[in-house]
Amino acid sequence: MSQEMTLDPVQVQPENSPAKGAPKKRSQWLEVWRRLKRDKMAMLGLFIITLVVLAAIFADVIADYETVVIAQNLADRLQGPSAQYWLGTDEFGRDIFARIIHGTRVSLMVGVLSVAIAIIMGGGLGAVAGYYGGKMDNVIMRVMDIFLAVPSILLAIAIVSALGANLMNLMLAIAISSVPTYARVVRASVLTIRDQEFIEAARAIGASDLRIIFRHIIPNCLSPVIVQGALGVAGAILSTAGLSFIGLGIQPPEPEWGAMLAGGRQYLRHAWHVTTFPGLTIMITILALNLLGDGLRDALDPRLKH
Amino acid sequence: MSDTILEVRNLRKYFSTPKGMLHAVDGVNFSIRKGKTLGIVGESGCGKSTTGRVILRLLEATDGEILFDGQNIRHFSKDQMRRLREDMQIIFQDPFASLNPRMTASEIIGEPLLIHNKVKNKRELTERVAELMELVGLSPRLVNTYPHELDGGRRQRIGIARALALKPKFIICDEPVSALDVSIQAQILNLMQDLQEQLGLTYIFITHDLSVVKHFSDEIAVMYLGQLIEKAPARDLFSNPTHPYTRALLSAIPSIHLDHKMEREVLQGEITSPINPAPGCRFAPRCKYAAPECTSREIHLNEINKGHFVACAMVEKG
Amino acid sequence: MTEQASKQDLLSIQDLSIVYEVDGETTYAVNGLNISLKRGETLGLIGETGAGKTTTALGIMGLVPNPPGRIVSGKVVFDGEDLLQMPKEKMRGVRGNRISMIFQDPMTSLNPVMTVGEQIAEVILIHERVSKKASFQKAGEMLEMVGIPAARAGDFPHQFSGGMKQRVVIAIALACNPDLLIADEPTTALDVTIQAQVLDLMKDLKNRYHTAMILITHDLGVVAQVCDKVAIMYAGEVVESGAIRDVYENTRHPYTKGLFASIPDLDHSVGRLKPIKGMMPDPTNPPSGCKFHPRCPDATATCSVSEPEPVLTETGHVARCLMLQSMVEQTDVNRVQG
Repeated sequence: MSQEMTLDPVQVQPENSPAKGAPKKRSQWLEVWRRLKRDKMAMLGLFIITLVVLAAIFADVIADYETVVIAQNLADRLQGPSAQYWLGTDEFGRDIFARIIHGTRVSLMVGVLSVAIAIIMGGGLGAVAGYYGGKMDNVIMRVMDIFLAVPSILLAIAIVSALGANLMNLMLAIAISSVPTYARVVRASVLTIRDQEFIEAARAIGASDLRIIFRHIIPNCLSPVIVQGALGVAGAILSTAGLSFIGLGIQPPEPEWGAMLAGGRQYLRHAWHVTTFPGLTIMITILALNLLGDGLRDALDPRLKH
Repeated sequence: MSDTILEVRNLRKYFSTPKGMLHAVDGVNFSIRKGKTLGIVGESGCGKSTTGRVILRLLEATDGEILFDGQNIRHFSKDQMRRLREDMQIIFQDPFASLNPRMTASEIIGEPLLIHNKVKNKRELTERVAELMELVGLSPRLVNTYPHELDGGRRQRIGIARALALKPKFIICDEPVSALDVSIQAQILNLMQDLQEQLGLTYIFITHDLSVVKHFSDEIAVMYLGQLIEKAPARDLFSNPTHPYTRALLSAIPSIHLDHKMEREVLQGEITSPINPAPGCRFAPRCKYAAPECTSREIHLNEINKGHFVACAMVEKG
Repeated sequence: MTEQASKQDLLSIQDLSIVYEVDGETTYAVNGLNISLKRGETLGLIGETGAGKTTTALGIMGLVPNPPGRIVSGKVVFDGEDLLQMPKEKMRGVRGNRISMIFQDPMTSLNPVMTVGEQIAEVILIHERVSKKASFQKAGEMLEMVGIPAARAGDFPHQFSGGMKQRVVIAIALACNPDLLIADEPTTALDVTIQAQVLDLMKDLKNRYHTAMILITHDLGVVAQVCDKVAIMYAGEVVESGAIRDVYENTRHPYTKGLFASIPDLDHSVGRLKPIKGMMPDPTNPPSGCKFHPRCPDATATCSVSEPEPVLTETGHVARCLMLQSMVEQTDVNRVQG
């Protein structure tokens, strides 16, 4: 310590490997993970999400797509849960468990990709609006306001109806309808960070706008975006299910949770399991994502660091 | 005049607010010689920080000239300015807010070197950062720490190392020690003094702390509501404060000497608004010597002694 | 100035220790603190960031956040009663009424949606049995007392400047004519000329109402202006305390000496300041022995081993330093009981 305090700059020696024994650069994400680990509910959420992801990855190992998931077997239609069909069969005699497992693929893909698209588009627009301010800000945010004035599900329905119902369009529709949310979140945090002294410091050492945005502003506004993203995946899965339920999403016979719900609703009285299990799956997945999102919010916020 | 490094002439910075024009800096003139320190003192809202930022062109001036090394830099292009930043730097007040919380000490100190392509490879970068850290008295084992893991004094050393990375000739120090504890404050002041001697730096030292500015500066300029009201060599200003505001400011400093009974000139009222200020002396509404002529015309700095300038109508009359 | 709790002390803090426990890590904020104060006296509590000044104040007010804070030991005897043993209800009656506190930031200690008159009247209504009308009348008087026209009672905080807000805060603190006023850095956020006004006001009010005051600050100059007594805190302990003249002119503790050498003196120019080396110790892992020894220029081997006891200096103030202790022991002067 004394070495640090007494100033002896004359003896600067060219050292080839400076900072011997200095602690390694510790990732700040490790800190976040350490804090997140303490949150039991968030860990439960993460556990469930891990199961869902594993199900999506190993879906083909668990049940064959051609022979089990989409092949109709009318002899076994609408059977209740049994040793052979764990969660029963649907109106075409297909194994509901197998269809739920394969359904995770669509849900996860739409959920993650649509949020990713929305973050890139919305985040970019929000960052530009927040950093440059003035007219640019006004134009971008007013357009976003117009988007926000239309209920997002209606917007998605309109987009899918116009472009046609397929996976790609579904993702785009959901992404576009949530762009304004991310634009707002990013703009708000850019606005607070833009006025911090370290941005001025970066300008004082001659950093370009691009460098300031990418090196200084974006890393500092990731936290709210990540939280919003986790919650957004849940929203996107819900929207996918909703759109599929009304026939605008994934087309049969491909398994999708919302479409399964829709298919089973006619048989609700005598075959409860056809709707209940996909419904429960949706609910548990959404709940898990929300738990994780809330946990991340606390773990990422340094002010809540106890 | 070849040893003048910086001169500002008639510098103005106005901000437009819903209530009217805010005259943050209003016709300031001064110059600094190489290797010297000019202290700018004043209370909050007097425009001292804005002056510093306008000189560095972190804010654009409304009017006036900024002559750095004889060149008027006020209309320099972005590229010219970027090159100039190697010569003029700034140290900020808040050692927490002025460091990016997501960057490590070495990344912060190394950033200017990368931006200006001062290093050829990673090894050279590490070496230069290590040199800079040693220069400001930071232990090499702190290279990978984040600002929030360090105390205020060390954070401020990082800020100083960053400012020194490009080997500037001129540094604006904006309240560099006011956020620090007294024992740490003295360490940083000594460090800055040593660096000035070693590297031949020129400082503008902006502060509200009169005892610090006296200790640190060769010349002191006192600002009130955007204007320079008195400027003198440090010793003269303290032995012979002439402007009524300077006198009140000096007498308001709580002395650590129990028997120190300087005649207190407690000011009435508070600072008036810098928005659309009335013509004439800005201090007149609080000044007990104010006469009608104080507000009837603009009052300019007048040399009353060698190097001692005062802007006061009453002093002009004698 | 012995540490025995005499009857006439308005406030006597004995062996107060407060810790914060977070994630299994213990922060030793206040360690065995002793302070006493008579009616009408003003004590300056000086220390740097992390010295435990504010925690001490919160301890007196019974406002240490729990968790994570915990009072480990000690007594806070106020007017003959231990505040730490007092039931919550009763403590609430003491707080704001007999002991009140002024916080550092006048901007955040006022409620932005209430007029200043309402805020002063509220305190009076809570603690005194008066009608609403009478409370507003008194609020106006309080404003006049701190130099603000009573006519401005209907204004909101944002209509006042920083110095004026701090006056309002002082008016609220004094509304119930407390016996003890704790002011935590009351002028740190203010400009010097405004600070001078507020300090003059506080001095004047103290003399007129004979209120005892604890002034918490890092500024040696402010204490010199206002206080009769002074206690220097370092790492949760009082390292030197006594009458202000004794401590300021006969400084004995190396830390206090270091503080004085760290600030540029307006009256005498020095080429270089002599700072205290190093920095505040980590409060979760305080050094052994004397807590100041790693930074102390006079430290010897014993300093890292044994903890110093309070020693009475020849001028009559108390310092906690082993070097002093051994000198005093050699000259066979009585040691003070800690």
